[in-house]
Amino acid sequence: MLGLWVFVFTVETFSNQSVPLCSHSVSVKEQHALNPGPSQNPVALQPPGPGYMAHQTPYNPMQAKGPMPPGPGLYNSGPYQPVPPVSSNQALPGQPMLKRPPMGPQHSMTPPQSASPNPGSRIPPAHATPPPVSANNYQHAPAWQYGGTPPMGAPPPMAMPPLRPAGNHMTSSPSLATPQASSAEYRATPPVFHNAMQPLCPPTSLQGYTQQGSAPLLMNPMAAPHSYQPGMRAPYGGPPPSVRPTPPTTGPPMGNATPPLGPKTDGHMPTPGNGAQVPNSFDHLEMGPKMAGPLPPQQPSPPTRHMGLSYPSLPPGYQNTSAPPNAATMQHPVQPSTQPYSHPQPYQQPSAGPAQLSPSLSGLSLQSQTPEALRVVNLLQERNLLPLGPVTPPTPCLPQDLQKINCHPEVFRSTLTSIPQTQSLLNKAKLPLGLLLHPFKDLSQLPVVTSSTIVRCRSCRTYINPFVTFLDQRRWKCNLCYRVNDVPEEFMYNPVSRSYGEPHKRPEVQNATLEFIAPSEYMLRPPQPAVYLIVLDVSHNAVETGYLDVVCQSLLENINALPGDSRTKIGFITFDSTIHFYNLQEGLSQPQMLIVSDIEDIFLPTPDSLLVNLNECKELVQDLLRSLPQMFGKTMETQCALGPALQAAFKLLSATGGRVSVFQTQLPSLGVGALKSREDPNQRASAKDIQHLSPATDFYKKLALDCSGQQVAVDLFLLSSQYCDLASLGCISRYSAGSVYYYPSYHQQHNPAGVECFQKDLKRYLTRKIGFEAVMRIRCSKGLSIHTFHGNFFVRSTDLLSLPNVNPDAGFAVQMSIEENLVDMQSVSFQAALLYTSSKGERRIRVHTMCLPVVNSLSDIFAGADVQAITCLLASMAVDRSVTASLSDARDAMTNASIDSLTSFRTSVLTIQQPGLLAPACLRLFPLYILALLKQKAFRTGTSTRLDDRVYAMCQLKYQPLAYVMLMIHPALYRVDDLTDEGALNVSERTIPQPRVQQLSVEKLSRDGAFLMDAGSVIYLWIGRNCNPNFLTQVLGLPNYAAVPLNMNMLPELDTAESQRTRAFVGWLREQRPFFPILHVIRDESPLKASFLQNMIEDRTESALSYYEFLLHIQQQVSK
Amino acid sequence: MEAAVFILSLVDCCALIFLAVYFVITLSDLECDYINARACCSKLNRWVVPELVGQALATVLMLVSLHWFVFLLNLPVASWNMYRVWKVPMGNMGVFDPTEIHNRGQLKSHMKESMIKLGFHLLCFFIYLYSMILALIND
Repeated sequence: MLGLWVFVFTVETFSNQSVPLCSHSVSVKEQHALNPGPSQNPVALQPPGPGYMAHQTPYNPMQAKGPMPPGPGLYNSGPYQPVPPVSSNQALPGQPMLKRPPMGPQHSMTPPQSASPNPGSRIPPAHATPPPVSANNYQHAPAWQYGGTPPMGAPPPMAMPPLRPAGNHMTSSPSLATPQASSAEYRATPPVFHNAMQPLCPPTSLQGYTQQGSAPLLMNPMAAPHSYQPGMRAPYGGPPPSVRPTPPTTGPPMGNATPPLGPKTDGHMPTPGNGAQVPNSFDHLEMGPKMAGPLPPQQPSPPTRHMGLSYPSLPPGYQNTSAPPNAATMQHPVQPSTQPYSHPQPYQQPSAGPAQLSPSLSGLSLQSQTPEALRVVNLLQERNLLPLGPVTPPTPCLPQDLQKINCHPEVFRSTLTSIPQTQSLLNKAKLPLGLLLHPFKDLSQLPVVTSSTIVRCRSCRTYINPFVTFLDQRRWKCNLCYRVNDVPEEFMYNPVSRSYGEPHKRPEVQNATLEFIAPSEYMLRPPQPAVYLIVLDVSHNAVETGYLDVVCQSLLENINALPGDSRTKIGFITFDSTIHFYNLQEGLSQPQMLIVSDIEDIFLPTPDSLLVNLNECKELVQDLLRSLPQMFGKTMETQCALGPALQAAFKLLSATGGRVSVFQTQLPSLGVGALKSREDPNQRASAKDIQHLSPATDFYKKLALDCSGQQVAVDLFLLSSQYCDLASLGCISRYSAGSVYYYPSYHQQHNPAGVECFQKDLKRYLTRKIGFEAVMRIRCSKGLSIHTFHGNFFVRSTDLLSLPNVNPDAGFAVQMSIEENLVDMQSVSFQAALLYTSSKGERRIRVHTMCLPVVNSLSDIFAGADVQAITCLLASMAVDRSVTASLSDARDAMTNASIDSLTSFRTSVLTIQQPGLLAPACLRLFPLYILALLKQKAFRTGTSTRLDDRVYAMCQLKYQPLAYVMLMIHPALYRVDDLTDEGALNVSERTIPQPRVQQLSVEKLSRDGAFLMDAGSVIYLWIGRNCNPNFLTQVLGLPNYAAVPLNMNMLPELDTAESQRTRAFVGWLREQRPFFPILHVIRDESPLKASFLQNMIEDRTESALSYYEFLLHIQQQVSK
Repeated sequence: MEAAVFILSLVDCCALIFLAVYFVITLSDLECDYINARACCSKLNRWVVPELVGQALATVLMLVSLHWFVFLLNLPVASWNMYRVWKVPMGNMGVFDPTEIHNRGQLKSHMKESMIKLGFHLLCFFIYLYSMILALIND
């Protein structure tokens, strides 16, 4: 394995981009020269230019929130803004590229965003997938529109960007293309690549865009910057960009910029460069904790709006959403809910007053000394804690320049954005320390570097990254092990700027997320082709469900869209009590079926012709797919030999590696790996403790490890109506880095919704990006070590994950421990490097680096707590605990986690003891999420839950990326009968209404409304009995409530404004996730109403506490 | 007779010491990334039962020769060995499971366990040696 990790990059491809950048880069250099020390790198990166300035301003509020451990000195607030612009302009010397100025609009844009998170994230939020438009910033959207609409007209590009970052790039590029042939090339490559080129400079992604985009990007650039910032905040980075519209000012400039670009890239480039330079001066300034003040001046109106809406954490925003009871009632008449909580008089905090007031003050952070994240919230008193929009991750308290280039939180997220100095401090805080990764996420832009040398630390093999320090031009110090390394000669030359002697300007040092292309000479074996093997259950039970039609149809439709190149191979195996192979060799007139009935000793009948080249034998494959569903139509074979079929699949693929997709519909009953039913349906609800969560046999695990060793991944599709022992079967995917998909009660006729869902998922599954023979290594600064891994993979050595396949929908989590005290360290870094073979046979390395500050006080740790990440990590830990110990242990552990951390906060951080259940604002949702976890399918007790459902939920908790897990845990509830365009998001010319998120309580449902619940993999639309008839007719196309069918899974396409709004909203929610959530329209009589109500986690059920009771329970324990 | 028992125990103990050293070395190889988890665990699992048998043998020998003190010294270790084999979950590949060994500090605890056993066996070695010499002299 080690061999894999050492790669040398040889190709230099930057030339195209480099041209434009040159001038730009030069100017940058000069500025850098001014700045001494390590900071240079970051600076260079950050300073996009005026645009950045704007961004920074917005940030200030953010900073204010965070604890500013380093001290105010570091961050300059006010001055910063003014300065940067100036500098940038100056830098621009002579450049016609006024475009930069256009960036100005960005500034405006940024402020709103800034409020929420940092701009820093450079990672493009957008996913390659269509849904890039992330829903995240609902609030933003409105703001944007307001600001943006007018300007929009001028700069059409603005409008465009929001919709799809990727798409934009593509489109824009053509226009640009004229100037540069090279640009065309870029387009050809994935959007990412194209980004990469420009980005080179783009350390700050924004800059990169503008610059390179110069001509073509005009549109994009705008979008890009927007997208970035919003993306950072928002879970689904992609969409936010749309917000962009705001920058009216920018718009015009953009236009200007474009023209110049067209003529000459060089000119364009300079602008960006300037931007980059500027940052230096900014960096320090930006950090000013209380920038809020300054922001308004720049763009007074939009910012405030944005602030409140988009960023709940901000005081103003907070007021609206979760405002203290008083405020809440004021603002929202609906609020009556607060009353129940308030009743316990004793809990009422008199003192709460001041805290509550503060938000009301325009506040911003100026109000008090304590950061917003630490604002004390009495949970018993404040009922409405949900933010208006998505919950945004906290921003690490890093110097602005570092934060700007830090890894995007969607890709790399830490539970504590401030790392405690010692393990004992961490133990005191009682919060888990860990990382959540989504390393192979579809990105709309990703710098790709082809270089003769990949610069890595000589002792720890860390890839050079933005957080290293350059001692001088010739030496750099590793940020993980602190070894001083030489800068290789090749690295001195910057292909982007075509200049020599500025290693800190190289793209490797400007981007926290980038991809290297590894030359083939350095591989252990030639990159494998894309190899797909489909293994189908064709027993009577399977045929009965009718899934074969769907699978074959999907394959036929997508056979050309399978990722791969001319070497792509495909093969089929079917099995019942025997194993059937299909000879698809070229030259045969029709597929030939070969039956092996000796399942005790599986062999391959004709080893050469079972896996065939897809392109050469496409017709035979299509023949087979067309005839397969009929072939077994009358089978009476009920046995199913999954184990031997998997062994056969392993044998078939062991020479090349690849992906096995297994479709299984029942408990395997023959041969090795046969299982017995372990579930007693009568015990589902009553059992004190849930048994059989662990596998019944080690056969599947062993086979998975064999597969892993041969680079074979097994994806399992389980379509069954009875118990299938997913706990045992799931091992085959879990340790071979595959994924599990479970469609309970799948049946062609009886469950049309399930069929649709399966079809859509299959399409995504077949066409999504895939990486083969991958390994991922997670490195962290000296003193930290990885303690436990969560996800689907095999841990081959202490920090090396073996991933035979990697897909864009896989998430990972690791728990960290602090082995040596981190004294004397300002920050620590984490680096995840994913080495994989793309479907085109290219060996690539994707590197993500995240830098976090080290703190030594408990209050700083609490201020940096990321409640969503903590919840997800706890969920993964609880899954482990329920398997190794018991479910009740896991439940207790989760409850204790919330009790302990709140106790710790109360005793160690709070100076004034007040009655009530006090939590820092950043953890105010913690008890709610814990309660939601306790009521989640995976961990609930007392409710009848099928064992397979439970195990599947556990699998998902462990390997889904954070954004999807959060929806599974805590669904979002919206009222949709009164959707308006106010505050709507504008995405690719569609208007997406943004209703506010409601609490998950039946009291929020009103009979005269319609409510949409988004639970991640399923969406419920609940229609109240007295629902507005207008909604019924205009949206559902039904005359009255009684006409609502019991099984309704889609919204009719009516030509009414209401219908369009609702469909736009649902469509937008769906776009945000890779897999297709089915929509169930339900009313009181619907059978699914129960599952809808089970998601009302704030309510009491027979077996579980209500939210308020749970809080009381916690409070009791905390005050003990 | 007594001497024979202790000579046998001594041989047994030497084997256990070698095993303990082998465990420590293999685990530290894994820690240092010289071998992968799969190889490490299959190597170690192969020796779990022999270790158990060796330890049980020493315990039984002490019991039959009525050396109560040494017997009681050996008994906890022998029962721990059996307990840990017995409690391996059905889905695991043995006491050392390659998919688990890097999780939850298992590697460290295995390492610690092996070191403790090594120390214990060394102690036993000298006890047996002393007893053997004593027995030979008495004879």
